[in-house]
Amino acid sequence: MATAAEPAGRPPGPVAPARRADGGRASWLMGAKRPPLVLFALGLAVAIAAALPALYLVVVVAGESAAAADAVLTSRSLELVARSLGLAAAVTAGAVAIAVPLAWLTVRSDLPGRRAWATLATLPLVMPSYIAAYMFVAVLRPKGLLQELLAPLGVQELPQIYGFVGAWLVLTLCTYPLVLLPLRAALRRLDPSLEEAARVMGRSPVEVFRTVVLPQLAPAIGGGSVLVALYVLSDFGAVAILRFDSFTREIYIAFGSAQRTEAAALGMVLVVVMLVLFAIYARVRGARALHRSTPGTARPAPPVRLGRWRWPALGLCGGVVAVTLVVPIGVLAYWASKDVASGLDAAAIMLAASNSLFAAAAAAIAAGAAALIVGVLCVRFPGYATRAIERVGYAGYALPGIVVALALVFFGTRVALPLYQTVAMLVFALSIHYLPLAVGPVGGALMQVPPRLEEAARGLGRTPWQVFRTITRPLVTSGVLAGAALVFLHALKELPATLLLAPIGFDTLATDIFRQTTTGFYEAAAIPALILLLIAAPPLYLLNEKGVSSS
Amino acid sequence: MSDKSSGNGFAPPCVGLRVRGLKKSFGAVRAVDGADLDVRSGGTCALLGPSGCGKTTTLRMIAGLERPDAGEIAVGGRVVSGEGRFVPAEERRIGMVFQDYALFPHMDVAANVGYGLGRRPDPGRVREALDLVGLGDAGKRLVHELSGGQQQRVALARALAPTPDLVLLDEPFSNLDASLRDRLRQEVSDILRKAGVTAIFVTHDQEEAMSIAEQVAVMRDGQVEQCGTPEEVYLRPATRWMATFLGDIEVLPGDAVRGRARCELGSLPIEAHLDGPVDVLVRPEGIAVGVSGPASAASAEVVSRRFFGHDQMLGLKLRSGQVVRSRRLGYPAWHPGDHVQVWIEGPVEVLPRTGGRVPEPAAAAG
Repeated sequence: MATAAEPAGRPPGPVAPARRADGGRASWLMGAKRPPLVLFALGLAVAIAAALPALYLVVVVAGESAAAADAVLTSRSLELVARSLGLAAAVTAGAVAIAVPLAWLTVRSDLPGRRAWATLATLPLVMPSYIAAYMFVAVLRPKGLLQELLAPLGVQELPQIYGFVGAWLVLTLCTYPLVLLPLRAALRRLDPSLEEAARVMGRSPVEVFRTVVLPQLAPAIGGGSVLVALYVLSDFGAVAILRFDSFTREIYIAFGSAQRTEAAALGMVLVVVMLVLFAIYARVRGARALHRSTPGTARPAPPVRLGRWRWPALGLCGGVVAVTLVVPIGVLAYWASKDVASGLDAAAIMLAASNSLFAAAAAAIAAGAAALIVGVLCVRFPGYATRAIERVGYAGYALPGIVVALALVFFGTRVALPLYQTVAMLVFALSIHYLPLAVGPVGGALMQVPPRLEEAARGLGRTPWQVFRTITRPLVTSGVLAGAALVFLHALKELPATLLLAPIGFDTLATDIFRQTTTGFYEAAAIPALILLLIAAPPLYLLNEKGVSSS
Repeated sequence: MSDKSSGNGFAPPCVGLRVRGLKKSFGAVRAVDGADLDVRSGGTCALLGPSGCGKTTTLRMIAGLERPDAGEIAVGGRVVSGEGRFVPAEERRIGMVFQDYALFPHMDVAANVGYGLGRRPDPGRVREALDLVGLGDAGKRLVHELSGGQQQRVALARALAPTPDLVLLDEPFSNLDASLRDRLRQEVSDILRKAGVTAIFVTHDQEEAMSIAEQVAVMRDGQVEQCGTPEEVYLRPATRWMATFLGDIEVLPGDAVRGRARCELGSLPIEAHLDGPVDVLVRPEGIAVGVSGPASAASAEVVSRRFFGHDQMLGLKLRSGQVVRSRRLGYPAWHPGDHVQVWIEGPVEVLPRTGGRVPEPAAAAG
């Protein structure tokens, strides 16, 4: 009870070191600037792990700085930056444009089957961009499926699909769920009485949406947009297949042609671009405090009646689902049936599936725990050091997967030989690569838990650890689960790191698909691709359900 | 009657709000089942009732946030709901203060207050509204920097800024601590009077309803059980349920003959034209105690005493064995075992005896 008697507004800074033994505990989770030492050390460890691939790049570039400068300081690399950023911006805009109406319709309207639509609309998240791009090419390329279908109608030629437009379309359709998921969660958390207040004050529904709903969704949209932009900048599969010369493709070509210095230098530039992007985002987010100011608890908002607008709304949902799911799955199923008819190796596919599941689950658990550490640090102890940890945490995601993998191959062969060619190394790579996917929802959930709640629990005589266990954890659990699930889904379909780091004989669905597609046997990749979708769909569905029930 | 100095530039029609036969069901639950209500322009009406009686649903239908199944709502003489019409919330010119205040967290105080004044709110009017609630200098502050009481007053300023015809307050004081609540009740009541606006507020707190409203409408099971001044509903309960719901009540068996009711505590004049067996309803504060009393007084024994500082509640065992409560000032002190004289002073109400048991007094709210 002694701690409860302390004055609440005591400045913790200069006092904290002197009363480390119990005073340090008293200040943690109470909005004090200084986090506990253990937590900070853990955060630092996460940051170092996440920064490991980037550090390797620095080692390589520093070792051969002259050659690296020659490779980077050209007008071509400036063009490369512009091209990659242009694609990232266009895809982000497209993803937000799709996600906002879908999120609103599936959370706040009386759209028929809105739960089913929500699940279907988030499923493209599990569609690897290389499969999506290949489906796109297979259907729309010259002499592809569509032209075959249209040939009897006299259609001789289809519009050009390679380059920017193709990459933009495919990546937009692959990434909009990254905005949709946090947006749906934010919409469900929105206090409906705010909108009612705005309506009573004479604003039309459209204006209420613009002035009250949208500003409150801005953090979710911003967070999702950052994920989309990072995804685009680091994506390799889609740009490679659709022949758009972005950073990752150039890096891959350089590596493939044994120009490691140039590849590492380009990787450095890419990391810098990523950090700048994220710094801008962090500054914008930092300017907004998003603790709920209202003391009441939210009731669920009554669904908005669509009336005649039901039909265009259904058309939008149906169109998105048709393009992202029905057509690809239809084509995959068509090829799979042809494949089954000609006989297949079931045992090998089952082994690949279980390997995929194991690696992805292990990576999700590791990343979820790491994200909680980083999230608590940067939301509860905002400061220079914790912000740095959060930003460094993005480094593993900012690097293209292929560079993360190559860096760790290098690290494994030189420094950690016992770990080289182990599943542990693969899990390590996957978890640091996808860490920010978990940090986003965890940080978002923590920001929605006002420090006042924790202070209230402390005032009731609970220790900081009890407060975390009984107050913070239940409230952020959905965020942690959402984050871990996102990591799981992404690790499941990850390709380059798995290709380079999996022990010999450790085949996964992704490497299986890759091997078939690169050798031109697109039809043989259909069954592993279908299995990948079947494994990924249930957890994604549960992720949605969990969000619905916890609101 | 009301001070109209606040720039409220419209001529008030004499009826502020009229509600007739209002009905609303949620699935099988009849939340509101034929409610009627009249509030004069500039008047303050409390919608009082136990939880689940339909008072909040009624308020939300008046605001236009729920669509009634049947019935009519007219604000300032204009029908806003009924006869096939349904004016949406944004066209009703109604101010509303929400239970959780619903202040926009992404706007400062001035932007919140100006929100109802259109896209380019007049800063003068915003300032005027903030001055009205005593927060004239708080315009640039952020919502989460304000205390609960300040948030409440900002919410009120925001509701009053567009000079609405009617202001609705949904449990406006339930999120405040007791001492603040008491002060703000008076403040809010003064501000509403100053603004000259018709106000309806929902509460489950009887003391709150009776102390700041000039009219109290008690709701039960989706209907208005009784509506009148605080004195009327308290002193002249129309039904037995009303008598037990509002405050403490003692029920004495008696007989009514030619304008008088006889009971154990004497023969009392009554207004009701009743003959035969009746229940005599009397408030504990209407039961007087003394060493000696008027000729009609009955003798009794003090069996219990609770002391509240400003008053005391005595339990008195009458000759018949019935125990009645008497609320007296804190002094002089009576003690269990004292033999006293007991009589009734002040008005009593009688209701025809329905036979059987005396109703259990409702648990006093607040």
